[in-house]
Amino acid sequence: MIGRLLLALAAAFALAFLLSPTSFAVLFQPLTRNGAPAIYTQASLLRLTLFHLGIVALAVLISTAVALALALFVTRPVGREFLPLARTITTIGQTFPPVAVLALAVPVMGFGTGPTLVALILYGLLPVFENALAALTGQPAKVAEAARGMGLTPAQRLWQVDLPLALPLLLAGMRLTAVISLGTATIGSTVAAKTLGEVIIAGLLSSNTAYVVQGGMIVGIIAVLIHAGFQHLERRAARATGQTD
Amino acid sequence: MSPPAILVAILGLVGLWLPLVQFKPNRIAAGDSLTLAAALEAGWPVALGLAAVLILGCLRYWSPRLRIVAAALGIAVLVLSLGAAASQLVGPDNKLARVSPASGFWLMLLAFSLMWADGVTRMRPSLRASWLMLAGALAQVAALLLSGQLADVSVMRELAARQDTFAHEARAHLILAFGSLGLALLAGLPLGIAIYQAPRWRGPVLAVLNVLQTIPSLALFGIMIPILGWIAATLPGAGRLGVSGIGMFPALVALFLYSLLPVVSNTLSGLAGVPATARDAAAGLGMTRAQMMFQILLPLGLPALLAAVRIVLVQNIGLTVIAGLIGGGGFGTFVFQGLNQTAMDLVLLGALPTIALALVSGIVMGLLVDQSRATRGQA
Repeated sequence: MIGRLLLALAAAFALAFLLSPTSFAVLFQPLTRNGAPAIYTQASLLRLTLFHLGIVALAVLISTAVALALALFVTRPVGREFLPLARTITTIGQTFPPVAVLALAVPVMGFGTGPTLVALILYGLLPVFENALAALTGQPAKVAEAARGMGLTPAQRLWQVDLPLALPLLLAGMRLTAVISLGTATIGSTVAAKTLGEVIIAGLLSSNTAYVVQGGMIVGIIAVLIHAGFQHLERRAARATGQTD
Repeated sequence: MSPPAILVAILGLVGLWLPLVQFKPNRIAAGDSLTLAAALEAGWPVALGLAAVLILGCLRYWSPRLRIVAAALGIAVLVLSLGAAASQLVGPDNKLARVSPASGFWLMLLAFSLMWADGVTRMRPSLRASWLMLAGALAQVAALLLSGQLADVSVMRELAARQDTFAHEARAHLILAFGSLGLALLAGLPLGIAIYQAPRWRGPVLAVLNVLQTIPSLALFGIMIPILGWIAATLPGAGRLGVSGIGMFPALVALFLYSLLPVVSNTLSGLAGVPATARDAAAGLGMTRAQMMFQILLPLGLPALLAAVRIVLVQNIGLTVIAGLIGGGGFGTFVFQGLNQTAMDLVLLGALPTIALALVSGIVMGLLVDQSRATRGQA
């Protein structure tokens, strides 16, 4: 209950701050030195936030779609032979540092939002794929048997049994991807992507702590909210299919 | 025909068709792209040989061992071709021209790495064999790097030009990544044990650590500078203890804070995952709480702990790159310098060692986790 209240307060604060950043100047003034501006005004914070969320949402959607398609492929009879290899690739791929992936996307894509989006999609594939795989292969044997016993066709089984049962774990994978992407997208501003990282970097370059704090604060609050939102969805999806955990 | 091998062959053949290297008369000029066949004097035979290995690899009766050997050979030939192409294109006296690996090189590297991974996965090697293969792979990489065959490739030229700085930044990177891990273990282990003993505190402690983890790394690194600078300036003696708002210290603290959650939560889950029967047996033997902790709970929770070390190490090696942005040193210095100057060879000089370090640490720690499980009969 207290947790929900805190979340609601944080959300309200972030929203109010984004709608009228200058009203909160008093709060950030103590963090500045030599009369530097307390609030980032080179670009609208609301616009940057929307861009930031847009990039992350797009990346999460694309990586979820691709990862789910791949996970379905390697768990069907056609793609079975890829399953062990796919597992190895996911484990190894996740050790690649996101910042390095981002930096390596630049020579191929040039500067801007493009390389950030590509890095986020590539990096986001892995948690979703890993979780989708765990969900699709970890079903109790009796579920598959019951589905066969009811005479479900493979397609029916996929839509009515496999996917609903996989949903909670799939959402957990999306949550990981979304939270990682939110943080990594800020680093995207080092390669000129339009995100809230711009505010933080401006603060770092001009030694203005107020900028660093406000950029970090908005991303942090959004990350906590997204984290809580996905967890809520996961619990609902788990309850809907009678999985208690 | 083996489906994964067909994928490998397609990737590899596309890579052969794409340019192996990009040749620039100097750092700024637009470059020419050359395929493997065109870039090397003996290009055609080498390209045909690689293509033959890729296509023959599709045969189902290739044993996993043969796949691993073929992949290792393929990677060696590919890397040596890159080095030879660079030497032939630039010549020994030309200090300005640059030859960098292009899309075809990376794609073929990916193809042969996949072939390797496919072979290893099919072989299901024992722990001993895995360690041996890791050692073999590292030896191969070291031999290729030390052979001098790559000296004319642009990344290696960047390295040769700043050998001292590279050694310095490498040391900084290792100190940051491993130092923060050490600090996180020193603080996180007792904290994890404490909240295991006092379940009331589990929720609040984990919630705080969770929120810490959501702060974007860039912001956390940035915020540490003024906070630590203020502490160093106001608390007497803090400066003498090494607390400082500039240099490596803020990065170390930021990495430490990020590492706490995995260490604490895995300590907790490791301890909580010890079977009740083991605890009952220990209690029946008349063990004290301390004896139970050190002789039963911690040893049995070790795999979970090592898993936490793996997560933290891989995460910190990657995050340390960001220290380069706030003057904390590490390979990130090269990455961001390179991005600022749009000198991609410099970006590679920072990114490649970081990736290699993260990869090797991840594999080594993964093997250690497996080993600790195996010796405990929990495999």
